Amino acid sequence: MIPARFEYHRPADVASAIALLSEHGDEARVLAGGHSLIPMMKLRMAAVSHLVDLQDIADLSGIRIEGGRVTIGAMTTQHDLIVHDGLAQAAPILREAALQIADPQVRYMGTVGGNVANGDPGNDMPGLMQCLDATLHLVGPDGSREVAARDYYEAAYMTARADDEILTAISFDVNTGGYAYEKQKRKIGDYATAACGALVTMEGGTCTAASIAMTNLADTPIWSEEAGAALVGTACDTAAIDAAVAAATAAIDPTEDNRGPVAFKMHVAGIIIRRAILRAVSRA
Amino acid sequence: MTDQTPISREDRVEKLKGVGSQRKRVEDARFTQGKGNYVDDIKMPGMLFGDFVRSPYAHARVVSINTEAALKVPGVLAVLTAADLAPLGLHWMPTLAGDKQMVLADGKVLYQGQEVAFVVATDRYAAADGIEAVEVEYSELPVVVDPFKALLPDAPVLREDLEGKMVGAHGPRKHHNHIFTWEQGDKDATEAVLAGADVVAEEMVYYHRTHPCPLEPCGCVASMDKVNGKLTLYGTFQAPHAIRTVVSLISGIEEHNIRVISPDIGGGFGNKVGAYPGYVCSVVASIVTGKPVKWVEDRMDNLMTTAFARDYWMKGKIAATKEGKITGLWCHVTADHGGFDACADPTKFPAGFFNICTGSYDIPVAYLAVDGVYTNKAPGGVAYRCSFRVTEAAYFIERMVEILAIELGMDAAELRRINFIKADQFPYHSALGWEYDSGDYHTAWDKALAAVDYEGLRKEQAERVEAFKRGETRKLLGIGLTHFTEIVGAGPVKNCDILGLGMFDSCEIRIHPTGSAIARLGTISQGQGHATTFAQILASEIGLPADSITVEEGDTDTAPYGLGTYGSRSTPVAGAATAMAGRKIRAKAQMIAAYLLEVHDNDLEWDVDRFVVKGAPERFKTMKEIAFASYNQAIPGLEPGLEAVSYYDPPNMTYPFGAYICVMEIDVDTGVHEIRQFYALDDCGTRINPMIIEGQVHGGLTEALAIAMGQEIAYDEMGNCKTGTLMDFFVPTAWETPHYTTDHTTTPSPHHPIGAKGVGESPNVGGVPAFSNAVHDAFRAFGLRQSHMPHDHWRIWKIANGLGLHG
Repeated sequence: MIPARFEYHRPADVASAIALLSEHGDEARVLAGGHSLIPMMKLRMAAVSHLVDLQDIADLSGIRIEGGRVTIGAMTTQHDLIVHDGLAQAAPILREAALQIADPQVRYMGTVGGNVANGDPGNDMPGLMQCLDATLHLVGPDGSREVAARDYYEAAYMTARADDEILTAISFDVNTGGYAYEKQKRKIGDYATAACGALVTMEGGTCTAASIAMTNLADTPIWSEEAGAALVGTACDTAAIDAAVAAATAAIDPTEDNRGPVAFKMHVAGIIIRRAILRAVSRA
Repeated sequence: MTDQTPISREDRVEKLKGVGSQRKRVEDARFTQGKGNYVDDIKMPGMLFGDFVRSPYAHARVVSINTEAALKVPGVLAVLTAADLAPLGLHWMPTLAGDKQMVLADGKVLYQGQEVAFVVATDRYAAADGIEAVEVEYSELPVVVDPFKALLPDAPVLREDLEGKMVGAHGPRKHHNHIFTWEQGDKDATEAVLAGADVVAEEMVYYHRTHPCPLEPCGCVASMDKVNGKLTLYGTFQAPHAIRTVVSLISGIEEHNIRVISPDIGGGFGNKVGAYPGYVCSVVASIVTGKPVKWVEDRMDNLMTTAFARDYWMKGKIAATKEGKITGLWCHVTADHGGFDACADPTKFPAGFFNICTGSYDIPVAYLAVDGVYTNKAPGGVAYRCSFRVTEAAYFIERMVEILAIELGMDAAELRRINFIKADQFPYHSALGWEYDSGDYHTAWDKALAAVDYEGLRKEQAERVEAFKRGETRKLLGIGLTHFTEIVGAGPVKNCDILGLGMFDSCEIRIHPTGSAIARLGTISQGQGHATTFAQILASEIGLPADSITVEEGDTDTAPYGLGTYGSRSTPVAGAATAMAGRKIRAKAQMIAAYLLEVHDNDLEWDVDRFVVKGAPERFKTMKEIAFASYNQAIPGLEPGLEAVSYYDPPNMTYPFGAYICVMEIDVDTGVHEIRQFYALDDCGTRINPMIIEGQVHGGLTEALAIAMGQEIAYDEMGNCKTGTLMDFFVPTAWETPHYTTDHTTTPSPHHPIGAKGVGESPNVGGVPAFSNAVHDAFRAFGLRQSHMPHDHWRIWKIANGLGLHG
């Protein structure tokens, strides 16, 4: 559990960080909270010659809520999400989900940006950001660009981000509809056996918007457009929820691991998705 | 010097903080402030670090080892291989079980993670870089991880070193991967009872492979002083004296030139009893380099290579009358020992005390056979928070009784009650050879059932089943019952030894002139709180306050010889030695008091902290006064000073018992469980410190929860360990840990000087079957008989799925 030798950089602004990434190419990686990268380095599964620590870049932290839009700096910690009053109003699903990530010690260090950018299918934030239809703000040597969270993930640890780009912020519309994040895990600190975020807006007894996304049930997060569509325009009755669950489970592709075989995960996923939708509807 | 302060008898008792006091742990001041001194805290001038190149394969030939590149890594000083150790005869070492184990791979490897080369460097980082640079060429061999397949005629030969040797340390070997057969009881009589019984319940009960996983892994610092020829070895040793003797026997260094020190130890649970290649390599590296060498495992090393626990396949047959009276028990165990037999059991007991498997029941006839088998898994088979194989035995009988209850259509609580050994049957001779010292099982059982409102729970459970069938709920209710009997405190030297070392233990007491004392013992605390509780035993025996008594363990240069701490033996054996040494002190003190008070010895009586002249309560001498006089007053016929030593060879084991009940809610659809209630009644005989007992019970139950509900060391078919990190190896946090209700009855041991039996391991022994039985019980109404642990989400889901409960 000893990492190989590496150079440690601690730039004070984004431009310097980008310059370091440009200089060292794929030998460099940015470090946010370190809760994914550092263990990989200690296991010598990740060889990083140049570690670019972002913690001194003040611009990258903080939560802003303006004009119906929430913007979260990439270095904002999971703990920051939990204790932010405005966010609890503007996007309560984030707080509910953050409370289900690891334990307080990890949440003090682990960042939203690291969780989103890394492309680890076990992370909770990618699915949530797809559920919220978030926009990811990337900065690279050629300037900044935006990528939809729903377009960002390509495969496990493979994302739309180039090696010399940094995720600086995530933004999404305020969402005060019904919400739920359901997660089954073996213990505190574990990745999900199955997890599902659900956002449901009801007006006059009819669903006007719904978004369903799943975590750790494929090699990327899965947002199911069909699952949401199955609810919109209905009263979210049993038949509609059955259809949504069927659509969502059709979109996933879990693999066997120590949590259990595929048949078990498929079954549990169906249960968890249904519970998430039911709870979101009950709050809508 | 006369202490005339008027103080009531009750106040004097209170002030001693003796047996029965809820004295706070004296150790905690340093532990809670991060001021403990563990092996990895030890730093010596010029100290080097060693670490292992480990095998990625479970079974392979080592074709070549090239250390050239590693030796060029800055900071790397040496790379040891078997070829370097062979001239010293140290490439293999004896195990505690009479087998031998490779220190470094000698031509082949037998399990993933096996030690192949030892890199010595100036710091850990250089050692890690050096490990990466060692080039080892392997040629893979067929892997066997299933002990039943290991015994097939054409199974690959694992131990080529034993080829042709058809007699091992424990008798004949039947196959090239067979280690021993151990038989107890009466085979013919048992089979006759089975053949004629009203009912026979038969089942395979598997107790899976797990690991003690102490918070602190294993490690050591070896320092060879080449000037005076003395070797100092600091290490995480549960048995420092035994390690000293073993090191002497292996290395040829005379025992007086070896000093073994166990500093603070962060949990052991059996993992730190045995000898590991890291110790041998550190010693050799220190001799080679002339510098102190530290080796400390990381978590993966610990989980994957140092001693595992369990891995017992237990085939059982239990016979009974149709009224439920058990008439006989038959058991055959296939014991998976891994690549080497490195169990830590007393020599004559290759399957430990598994023959306690008749449990709390009066079973007239029984037969047990255990076959030990080699596989391509890590060696071990230690007693993880239990006496030798006792938790396996308790799990086996408590599952068999539940299965018998199913077979008979009886309530499992009632079935137990009609089969318990009765209070008037003690001392009780079991069919498999033990003499149970004392017990009152019916009283404990009835108290436990009443405490949880057992009748009410069964009614609720029946209603729940009906509601489930009507589709009103997806949760089932399980009531997990256990009544366990342990056998601890090994043990009488006449039948208990490890490597020929008798399993007595010791205490040496020195009273200081001003009335305080130091006591040194042959045991070593790993968190049990010996410095607290042994002082309490002594306070009650010699009348000096526990707060004035220092307890010291773990340094073989100062502590008397003892066999160490495991198998709940500290209180039964060293605790007894402490009381006996205390009584020797008191006997001399009585003579001194008689002289001072100018009366005959027999005219005095002991009263809490003083000797009093019979019939004249105003005439007395306190222990404090006597201590001063013992050093400073010339007393005719008596040597100055007040010291004593006792080596205690226990006349018998002790037999703690308990009644545990777990109430569990199970979500049939997800396999998720919730512990609604856990009631634990322990009878550990005389209770020395109720607060420490409660802490021990909480800790042991939490380890039991882990084992029953998720913790395992699992391998794939290629022998890859799938659970080498705490991500996959379940260690509960506060979040997963339920509330426990503790209770007790007190049935003292008749042969122990203060009647104490030991408690540290009871909750693990009783807890595992209680949790597991709760899972099984939840599904009893739907036809479940047996489903193997650990009961993680998917395995519980699989039960429900197999019973058709998912529609």
